[in-house]
Amino acid sequence: MRAQESKNIAGQIISRRRGAVRIEGFIVKWVFFACATISILTTTGILFTLIYQATSFFNEISIWEFLTGTRWTPILKPRSYGVLPLVSGTLLVTLIAALVALPTGLMAAIFLSEYAPDKLRRFVKPVLEVLAGIPTVVYGYFALTFVTPLLQTVFEGLIVFNALSAGLVMGVMIIPMVSSLSEDAMVAVPRNLREGAYALGATRYEVSMKIVVPAALSGIIAAFILAISRAIGETMLVTIAAGATPSLSFNPMESVQTMTAYIVQLSLGEAPVGSLEYNTIFAVGLVLFAMTFVMNLLGFWIVRRFRESY
Amino acid sequence: MVLEKKHMKNADAALTAKNLNVYYGDFLAIKDVNMAMKRNSVTALIGPSGCGKSTFLRCLNRMNDLITSASVRGEILFEDLNIYSDKVDATEIRSKIGMVFQKPNPFPKSIYQNIAFGLKVNGFSGDIDEAVERSLHQASLWEEVKDRLDDSAFTLSGGQQQRLCIARALAVEPEVLLMDEPASSLDPIATLAIEDLVRDLKAHYTIIIVTHNMQQAARVSDETAFFMVGENRSGYLVEHDDTQRIFTNPSNEKTEEYITGRFS
Amino acid sequence: MASELRPVSDRLRRKRTYRRVLGGIFYGLFLASVCVGIIGLVVLLYEVLSNGLPWINWQFITDYPSRHPEEAGLFSALMGTVWLMGMTALFTVPVGVGAAIYLEEYAPRNILTRVIEINVANLAGVPSIVYGLLGLALFVTWFQLGRSILAGSMTLSLLVLPIVILSSREAIRAVPDSYRQAAYAMGADQWQVIKQVILPSAAPGILTGTILAMSRAIGEAAPVIAISALVYLTFVPAHPMDRFTVLPIQIYNWIARPQDEFRGLAAAGIIVLLVILLTMNAIAVFLRNRYQVRSEE
Repeated sequence: MRAQESKNIAGQIISRRRGAVRIEGFIVKWVFFACATISILTTTGILFTLIYQATSFFNEISIWEFLTGTRWTPILKPRSYGVLPLVSGTLLVTLIAALVALPTGLMAAIFLSEYAPDKLRRFVKPVLEVLAGIPTVVYGYFALTFVTPLLQTVFEGLIVFNALSAGLVMGVMIIPMVSSLSEDAMVAVPRNLREGAYALGATRYEVSMKIVVPAALSGIIAAFILAISRAIGETMLVTIAAGATPSLSFNPMESVQTMTAYIVQLSLGEAPVGSLEYNTIFAVGLVLFAMTFVMNLLGFWIVRRFRESY
Repeated sequence: MVLEKKHMKNADAALTAKNLNVYYGDFLAIKDVNMAMKRNSVTALIGPSGCGKSTFLRCLNRMNDLITSASVRGEILFEDLNIYSDKVDATEIRSKIGMVFQKPNPFPKSIYQNIAFGLKVNGFSGDIDEAVERSLHQASLWEEVKDRLDDSAFTLSGGQQQRLCIARALAVEPEVLLMDEPASSLDPIATLAIEDLVRDLKAHYTIIIVTHNMQQAARVSDETAFFMVGENRSGYLVEHDDTQRIFTNPSNEKTEEYITGRFS
Repeated sequence: MASELRPVSDRLRRKRTYRRVLGGIFYGLFLASVCVGIIGLVVLLYEVLSNGLPWINWQFITDYPSRHPEEAGLFSALMGTVWLMGMTALFTVPVGVGAAIYLEEYAPRNILTRVIEINVANLAGVPSIVYGLLGLALFVTWFQLGRSILAGSMTLSLLVLPIVILSSREAIRAVPDSYRQAAYAMGADQWQVIKQVILPSAAPGILTGTILAMSRAIGEAAPVIAISALVYLTFVPAHPMDRFTVLPIQIYNWIARPQDEFRGLAAAGIIVLLVILLTMNAIAVFLRNRYQVRSEE
């Protein structure tokens, strides 16, 4: 009888302990699930707040005027709320940056993937990673205090805040991103494809440009798109170096204001929360978000859709 | 010790290896190979895994240059010239000594573009369409693809892809064709198609074929060279003779052991 | 058909010299591209060091910003950074690691999981200023946290969350499956396996990833500006609801001033920031190496 009793008690203790652990496991699982859904909540939050706040703005200013107007003077009178100058400012700086970074980054990637001996790779890659990790205020400082004076010796009469300086430095800033993503795409091309080309008597240049790069093309294009998206969203560099003059001109020697720089300018200003001026940052932010979101989606889609099978 | 039964006049030999030694770093992969490979015939290289036959093959068109740790000592003579001399450009050699690989490796391009690539890279000035068609005929592939030259090479079966790779190699009009186990990833029917092709091609090309399949070597080749793993895991040439002789009455007992399957 | 071969040399001219020269030119071009990045970095560091080093002294660290360059320091910004980083880590590490655990160990292969993963990937590409706008509308205004460190750290933690999730997932994935199998075979249930086997083993990798995420956060000025709306602060925060500023913003403030001396101060601030970053990355690399050695034993 005693043995039976103690066995029952033991059984109850064990099953109770098992039960406690199981409940703990159950709770924990759902806590972790909640953590994972925060990412969805964040995206929703971004969309919701941008749209909600922008709606307050669009209650007063028509979307049409906003999207097609060519003057942006939300603070100075006469007020004008056409966002195109900000968009063109962003695009101008981005264009210059792309002209610098896309070819250079791709060529650097070709060098690292096809030409560089192992020791050189192991030295260069960390250096590029350091370049990528430098905060963008530092690049802004560099643009203003070094690049602009340098350019002023070349182009006489170049004003201090201009799109060219900002664009050039932004280009250098995103080279590591283009290089690293393109290199990943090229390294994934299997070796025997290259060997087949070498065996036909092709030179290293011919193998790189006519076999490897075309084979890695979808990854390279995705790299380009993601880098451009990064340039569009960059804030501190353009705030410091490109200027605060919204302008539709595509002249790189002039001062421009990008969407991101405007948001900073207004955030540091006196506009009361909830006012029309305050809400402009959300309207502009919405345009910014939409542009980068579409580009990111495009980049991912290109990789998935056109992924070459070897 | 190499038993070189055939004493060939130089003119008969398309390729000659002289005192060839290959190192990967400090490791001696191939030791002291001396061998003359006859023109317009099929020479098979056989031997157990790790005996260096593929490494030897890759020396013949300087593909080992692409491996940074590999270094080659000795000479390979082609048209009276040592292909490893400083005066020789490796890309030049490779357009005269072509190679087909174990796993078919067509480029991710169309069938037409696969063949056109080698032509363009080598500065071909003639009619590319005609050259593409001729190569596909030579590789016994024309009939099967003539209506779909612009389709991707990946729409072909494994055996067809391999024949495409052969056509691609032939398009640049090499004199020698090196084949590294070309049928080992193919099914038996495709394998036989490749073997038929090899027999047809030897009239115009010198073919060196590495194979781990002895029956294939016996079926397809005129001469056979048997490699073995020696001391310190270095590969060396044991015997090189007429295929008939090697398979019915080999001179070296190690050859006999391998052929009769006492080890593999 | 094979017998109709014509001789070689008249049609395949092989263009030896042209191809070699072309190859050489492009080799030079490719090499030069790599040098652009390296040279850029060297020049940048030289600029910063030569302008900033003269301004570095102990007063610089312990003084508050001032209109007079000689008396200016970055103490308030430094403390603000410390506060902000500490609180950001507090929010982002549990959530990020939790999300990673869910995705690696629990999540079934269904649409919801796919949506979560897509979101994480997309959020990594959203401009940081947009996070600032989110924080402004949600935390500062709606949650009524004001322009406080609390709002700022919650915003930043969302910003670096994708990084923490990604690196934690990798660390968890790197735990050998044999550990898991052994634990399950002893009768442990899923949570016990995670708690007692997987997490301890993945901890160094998770820590490394956290440090890398923090080093990204430390350099962010844009979202913080949107939240704090200040660039000039002369006190040290005393509690989470205080206003604050951070190093990159202080640097920005100095850059924006017209007087030349402030450029020197900005450079000095950059040096301090870079030194902190360098230290953090060095620690992360050190941890990663130590961790790798461990797992190979």
